[in-house]
Amino acid sequence: MSSSERTIEILKEQFEDEILQVEALYDFLTISLKPEKIVTIIQYLYDHPETKFQYLTTLAGIHYPDQNQIAVMYQLHNLLSNERIRLKVFLPEENPRVQTLTTVFAGANWLERETYDFFGVIFEGHPDLRRVLNVEEMIIFPLRKEYPLEDQTREDKKDSMFGR
Amino acid sequence: METVTNHSASGIAMAERPDGLEGAGFFATSLEKVVGLARKNSIWPLPFATSCCGIEFMATMGAHYDLARFGSERLSFSPRQADLLMVMGTIAKKMGPVLRQVYEQMAEPRWVISVGACACSGGIFDTYSVLQGIDRIIPVDVYVPGCPPRPEQIIDGIMKIQHLVETESLRRRDSNEYKEMLNKYGIE
Repeated sequence: MSSSERTIEILKEQFEDEILQVEALYDFLTISLKPEKIVTIIQYLYDHPETKFQYLTTLAGIHYPDQNQIAVMYQLHNLLSNERIRLKVFLPEENPRVQTLTTVFAGANWLERETYDFFGVIFEGHPDLRRVLNVEEMIIFPLRKEYPLEDQTREDKKDSMFGR
Repeated sequence: METVTNHSASGIAMAERPDGLEGAGFFATSLEKVVGLARKNSIWPLPFATSCCGIEFMATMGAHYDLARFGSERLSFSPRQADLLMVMGTIAKKMGPVLRQVYEQMAEPRWVISVGACACSGGIFDTYSVLQGIDRIIPVDVYVPGCPPRPEQIIDGIMKIQHLVETESLRRRDSNEYKEMLNKYGIE
């Protein structure tokens, strides 16, 4: 049995109900889960001797305006067996709240601040949830699809010169 | 203007002598010209280098395109001791207040040169996070376009600053026009 099948088996032992979808995009195992117990699941994968996903590569937000959902994607890495796994949780657009991962990985602190800054995802239990890359006074969440890339107050950049 | 020659009369000039009255042991000229000459040849820049244009500046300060031969031998990273604020690179909106604070800490007379497309107008970054030109927050004297400008172009910009420094009136910084211009930026 391949390592990704074993990982799915281990996950199903305890958390069969939480799994929504399993797929392998370009040989990268991607599991979509329900958001309520995601931190427990990641802690379980951290501790389990056969999976040992003890490195958080990244966590990011994705906005799906057609489904009115904002997804949070976690990429974990097992340094010993060089395996990677991607976990996705889908949150409602109007109130995207999920538990913070800082209890498992201290490095998730700024990654969650960045996801809050650009998508507005509230991480419950985060020690210091505020904007990290944008100006503190900003009121919008710029990477959501409804906001344009360009600065709306610019006067001298012609759209034709920028290919728009 | 005559050039000052050294003893061996080989025609090498240190600086161009301004027009004046010369006699045995004295030389009389206007104060503005002397001050302009002195300031022009000893500009101490503050390299506010943020990105790629900063690398071009490093090349300009290197031995090949030497900026030190124009008098800028001593770079100062303290605004209190600098004459020229060289803003080189992309300035994000989050960096704006920092740049403004650095400019406000400089003592008069001070000049600002904006090197590169990003500092002049936001450059290629037509986005919500990049300040579309530093002249939205501080007054700029010389703009050097380019992405990045070659060291020769940066030197050309410095030479234009030198021209501004040389020909500036001693009373300009106290004049009402200057104060109004600063007020437009909200600087006291």
